[in-house]
Amino acid sequence: MHEKNSNDQVLIDGSRLIIESLARAGADAFIGYPITPANLLYLYGSQRMDMMLPAPDEITTVQWMAGLSATGKLPVTATSFPGFALMSESVNMAHMMELPMVIVLVQRLGPATGTATCGAQGDMLLLNGVLSGGHPIPVLGTSSFEDCWTLSARALEIAVTQRTPVILLTSKEEVMTQKSFDIGSLGTISKVDRKWYDKDCCDYKPYKPTGLVPEFLPVTQTTHQVRLTASTHDQDGILQHSSPEALANTRRLEEKIRASMKEKYLFYQLDHQEGAEKLVTAYGISAAAAREAVRKLRRDGQKVSLFIPGTLLPLPPVYLEILSGYKKVVIAEENMNNQLGSLLYGQQMPENIHFVGSLGKMISPEEIQKEVMS
Amino acid sequence: MTGSMIKSQNLPYCKGCGHDLIAKSTTGALEKLGYNPLDVIAVTDIGCHGIIDKCLNTHTVHGLHGRSVALGAGISFGTADDNQKIVVFVGDGGTTIGLQHIMEAARLNLNVTVVVHNNMLYGMTGGQSSGLTPRGFCTTTSFKGNPFTGYDICKLAHTAGARYVSRVMGVGDITDAMMKAFDQKGFSLVEVMEICPSYGVKLNPRRKLKEIVKESGRELGEWTNDLPAFTDRQGDKTANLLEKTPVIEKRFNHQLQKPLSLVISGSAGEGVQLAANIFSKAAISAGLHATQKGSYPVTVGVGFSTAEINVSPEEVLFHGISVPDMALITSADGLQHNRQRIEKMQGGKLFIDSSLTPPETGAEIIRRDFRSVGARNAAIHSILYLCRETGILEESSVYQIIEQEGKADKMPLDKIRKAMEA
Ligand SMILES: Cc1ncc(C[n+]2csc(CCOP(=O)(O)OP(=O)(O)O)c2C)c(N)n1
Ligand code: SF4
Ligand SMILES: [Mg+2]
Repeated sequence: MHEKNSNDQVLIDGSRLIIESLARAGADAFIGYPITPANLLYLYGSQRMDMMLPAPDEITTVQWMAGLSATGKLPVTATSFPGFALMSESVNMAHMMELPMVIVLVQRLGPATGTATCGAQGDMLLLNGVLSGGHPIPVLGTSSFEDCWTLSARALEIAVTQRTPVILLTSKEEVMTQKSFDIGSLGTISKVDRKWYDKDCCDYKPYKPTGLVPEFLPVTQTTHQVRLTASTHDQDGILQHSSPEALANTRRLEEKIRASMKEKYLFYQLDHQEGAEKLVTAYGISAAAAREAVRKLRRDGQKVSLFIPGTLLPLPPVYLEILSGYKKVVIAEENMNNQLGSLLYGQQMPENIHFVGSLGKMISPEEIQKEVMS
Repeated sequence: MTGSMIKSQNLPYCKGCGHDLIAKSTTGALEKLGYNPLDVIAVTDIGCHGIIDKCLNTHTVHGLHGRSVALGAGISFGTADDNQKIVVFVGDGGTTIGLQHIMEAARLNLNVTVVVHNNMLYGMTGGQSSGLTPRGFCTTTSFKGNPFTGYDICKLAHTAGARYVSRVMGVGDITDAMMKAFDQKGFSLVEVMEICPSYGVKLNPRRKLKEIVKESGRELGEWTNDLPAFTDRQGDKTANLLEKTPVIEKRFNHQLQKPLSLVISGSAGEGVQLAANIFSKAAISAGLHATQKGSYPVTVGVGFSTAEINVSPEEVLFHGISVPDMALITSADGLQHNRQRIEKMQGGKLFIDSSLTPPETGAEIIRRDFRSVGARNAAIHSILYLCRETGILEESSVYQIIEQEGKADKMPLDKIRKAMEA
């Protein structure tokens, strides 16, 4: 691990990096409804985005976002479970309509209102099933300030290129804690390249895909008719009960997300140590403890590797392959039930998969070290 | 695209359904006002009235039950062009479940026209009572007549600040009434009273629509507010959020060999978080890495205020602190909030205000009269004292940050210096 060598040290929180990154990537509207621990994102969003609108609730939030998205804007919001629960039908709608947007989901301790000021990692399973039909929605998880910077912009890019809501999953301790950080190390973020349908002829079909994604046109232009709908629909955007063309459209929604997330938008870090037979796996806030645990273990002469997934959902098939390369795998996740593990292995957890969980407090590096050595 | 808004006069409703008249008068009114089909964005709800999409030549957006007004509102925020007209269709059912959206759009006076198809029941799902069903009106869920009073959506929208609201009977030619609503700048809503032949007529035989409306106390008419229409007037925006966190240059030295965890705690309003922030920045200016996390009750103005700080010569990967290496306690609230972990300290230092009784602890106890410089300055006093006592940071690094942050005038620094000599 490196001694710091840059002069560009600042004291900063993850919320600031996330919003700045999204804005640079082209997000231009922030719709807010206050909720701890997402309030810093709201504050920064209101300062930075061209447009900020205070919604009266989280259903309205996503409806307004969808409306804005239909006009060609790229809206962002930030929330936590109670707000996200209200959003879920509208997230389904935006996915079905194929409207880009980014929702930053800051996890906190549940169930229900739980503890607003306590972090947690309890929402992966919820996200895995949030679309009716079990269709996947892209979820990227931040595990460091670098991720807050790079993955936020990527989240917006996915939203645009795949025309879907994208969830950026984080948690309280990641977005509210201030840390010294070398902002000189941040890479350049360029505006997401957005291509709209640009032919003048009259055969625009709003849901006719080129590849797997249809070309976008906003409802604010007056050359081509745009139809957007959340009902099962054909390529013209006309409601259908279950016609072959309409079902093919619904199938395409699933395919476009799976296809793009498994390779093009596959983000993870594998810090493999030569000869290591043990692997620590963690994302989000637990990745901080995992990094520290691995640092200490290695200093003690242990051979151990570290795996930090960034693309969380749909879960990339390659993760199983990565984990299968180790004799012992320790998954650290701040909940009681090993959500990442159960997504990977289902009901039958292999014996070499160990879990370090926690409720109501961060997992410590020592707990991970202990499990690795047990 | 110019021409007719509507594809055919044969609409997909049951025979005699009032929705038919509304669709035709809406599109007729827009044509008369000179709109081309693609100047119009029709946002429809889930309900019988919502199946109109396929018959329209306009842009069509068909979302969720009850949310069409919010969706239309979102579109209006992104529509700078005054020449485009956003028309939102919603039923009495959608109005019930999405009442908040209508209130909000009316309050903000958004540039949309909402057409409420009030057939006094949920048509599409089988004729159940809605929140707009009048008292005494029979539905499939109240065969003996609805026992509740229905909302008066016109009154509600008017009270919320709508530019223009009207209620009309859905009989005859209502094109003019529609034109009037469309011709407003700001939020307009037309409630069209109708009866659903398939459920309403069947369950309320021999009752006339006019008489039902009258008995329900709903007046026909128009209501206006002279309030400005929504314009997107946003204040000054920050072009770069990173400029708000200035780079801290390395100017000082430190005496830290290994990571140090530190808890500062006192009472709300006593500058704990500020002092912690200054200390963290001073540490960075000495070439250290730092993390800072605040915790306080949700009611931020009372009770404890605690800051957890890590400073380290190498990158701090994990910032959680269970038992700190050092604790600075400046008030009883702070002591109470941290008593347990102070008791668990097996070494390190506890700096505590001399008014407080230190708990049993393995830490070296240093009692000082931190509050002598005023409660609001106790925390910064304790920070400066810690630097002097331990030599971890040069005191001047702390003063420098105080200066840079523009806080020098707000802190009695001379008094603190004097108190430290004592
Ligand atoms: C969230 C949600 N709840 C319930 C429904 C079921 N639903 C579909 S249409 C409808 C009633 C529509 O009634 P109204 O808005 O009055 O329109 P009408 O059919 O009378 O024209 C309901 C409750 C739904 N689609 N979504
Ligand atoms: S069920 Fe009633 S509201 Fe629906 S189309 Fe038929 S008559 Fe109209
Ligand atoms: Mg109805």
